[in-house]
Amino acid sequence: MTMKNKTNPGSVDQGASAADAAGPATERSALQRFLTVTIGPIVAAFLLSAIILMLVGINPLTYYGYILERSLFSGLGLEQTATRMAPLLFLCASLIIAFRAGIWNLGTDGQFLLGAVVAAATAPLLVGVLPGWAVLLVGFSLAAIVGAVWSIIPALLKAYQGVNEIITTLMMSFLGVLLASTLVKLVFRDPATTVPQTRTLPVADRLPRLFDTTISSGLIWGLVAVLLVHLMMTRTSFGLRLRMVGANPAAATHAGLSVPLLTLATFGLSAGFAGLSGASEILGVAGNVRANWNPAYGLMVIPLVFLARFHGVGAIVLVFFYSALLIGSESAARRLGVPQDFTLVLVASLLICLGLGEYIDHHKRKKER
Amino acid sequence: MDGLLTEAFLSSLFTGAIVAAVPMLLAGLGEQMSEKAGVLNIGIEGMMLMGAYMGFLVAFKTDSLWLGFVGGILGGLMVAIAMAVLCVRLGLNQIVIGIGLTLGAEGLTALLHHFQFSRTYPRLPVPERLNIPGLTDLPVIGPSLFGRHLIVYLALLAVIILALLYRRTNLGMTLRAAGESPAALDVAGGNVLGIRVFAVLFTGAMAGLGGAYLANIGAGLFVPFMTGGAGFIGIVLAMLARGRPFWVLIGSLIFGAALSLTTALQVAGSNIPTDVIQMLPFAAVMLVLVLFGRRAKLPSALGAAYERGAR
Repeated sequence: MTMKNKTNPGSVDQGASAADAAGPATERSALQRFLTVTIGPIVAAFLLSAIILMLVGINPLTYYGYILERSLFSGLGLEQTATRMAPLLFLCASLIIAFRAGIWNLGTDGQFLLGAVVAAATAPLLVGVLPGWAVLLVGFSLAAIVGAVWSIIPALLKAYQGVNEIITTLMMSFLGVLLASTLVKLVFRDPATTVPQTRTLPVADRLPRLFDTTISSGLIWGLVAVLLVHLMMTRTSFGLRLRMVGANPAAATHAGLSVPLLTLATFGLSAGFAGLSGASEILGVAGNVRANWNPAYGLMVIPLVFLARFHGVGAIVLVFFYSALLIGSESAARRLGVPQDFTLVLVASLLICLGLGEYIDHHKRKKER
Repeated sequence: MDGLLTEAFLSSLFTGAIVAAVPMLLAGLGEQMSEKAGVLNIGIEGMMLMGAYMGFLVAFKTDSLWLGFVGGILGGLMVAIAMAVLCVRLGLNQIVIGIGLTLGAEGLTALLHHFQFSRTYPRLPVPERLNIPGLTDLPVIGPSLFGRHLIVYLALLAVIILALLYRRTNLGMTLRAAGESPAALDVAGGNVLGIRVFAVLFTGAMAGLGGAYLANIGAGLFVPFMTGGAGFIGIVLAMLARGRPFWVLIGSLIFGAALSLTTALQVAGSNIPTDVIQMLPFAAVMLVLVLFGRRAKLPSALGAAYERGAR
């Protein structure tokens, strides 16, 4: 039993809430805690990555400076950053549900891509048949459904057979990515183009842009999704049930909850939001899916959700900066010749420093007691 | 598809199955020891990739395949040392750190490869093969079973050695105790953290060797992200093998056959897209998990960091 408690992602959350409930925690220690488990890891991760940049002969100050300038201090860059937030926000919503309910959904890449392909396959065909808003609604709904369907096998295996979902979701993710590519090449291919890609949704039929900017309104829906998920998980009885399952499945069973059904619900919701994420990228920005396209945002969002302690508002703030990093590094790949793979190094450093911050905090609190 | 059962097809199927199985076999054997000792080693994909990169780099620079394998082992060990310090010594969450190390190895190898070779992918010379007169000349199975690189036979030897180690030695018992009941092992005077560190390092070495085989013998070159989930399949093999090295061998051959269908079907001139064929090993994994998932037996303290005196 202890094993389940310690390995599931919800246990990190338990540590946090235990600290909140400690009572007369002074403001200073709350600040200190924030520095140790949030700011500290971020700073440390950037420093660690800077060392790696120096190893390959790049001046980290130039690189980081370029990213800031490109993504936050230029009008167009800022608009691109805001637009890129949409799919990342939906993914955060997906992971917040899963992690709070104690489920490791590591298959978001597959769910994301299949959602994207289904949205790209249907929406262009419906233009002219249905009114514009209905086209988008159908695209998003189908994406959510397909994303959720792709998690059924891991969900059933976890709920009724107790098979570890880390492996099953990862395997389904590999399968989903390949299936998405196959579908684009064989089934949904646009006959009018030579490169294998789906039909393209005309710009006019995509999600409207905000005011006079190039920012896609997908951003708004992403924000709404994260906030709704946050409220659902923290303020509703359904959310409480999911969190109970995450914190201690055996206790939840004793309390009369149907753990298998709640597990299925968690998978369905989490994977559904991952599907929506794919649709938001297609119906908002790209308009079509090219064969072998895979931005692989799924695993990269994990450290953000952990850093935010599964809190919706925290996740939004972090997604903003992460989105800026992505936009900046894409441009840096072309201008400075640093491949985009560098963001992987940064994300990895973030995960490791996050763990270390958690460790330092844990030991400090132990000493105080 | 009429050419499906020709000698060329069958021969390339057998050869491909073995070439594809060896990296997974090595990774699976490595992961098995970690899991026995109570560490769920998600970072194995990263260890394999680092092994592939280092193995290729050393072999490329020194023109020696054997030094390449040593490089691969060292590459895997580097990632494993990080895993051992963070997850065993400090007791950090094994899944968070495991994902972190995998992503880190992916990014780091792609970055280093880019700055060393830019966009070129230099090839290694084709390795010389073991040649057993008589046996190697057998039709169909001859070249595939008896004409492999020596490392293949060393991997098979490792299966036997590990099986004996787990069954017959104190070390094997200690490993199992560290995974099933670390507190009891501690009370009995065993060194829980020490044995777990050993297991994680062994995993790194095996995964690194598997990665080096994948790059140097399987492909003859290094491409970023080339492991493509082979390490994760190694985890599945270890899960399903219920602690038995022989089952890892059988599983890796089955998945190797699924993987090798890719090349074999191309030899046969089939026009199925490679994406579909690449799905086969993962589909096989899911099928096996659906059928036998319930029987996957894992140590009871798997995934939990051991802290003395903690409840």
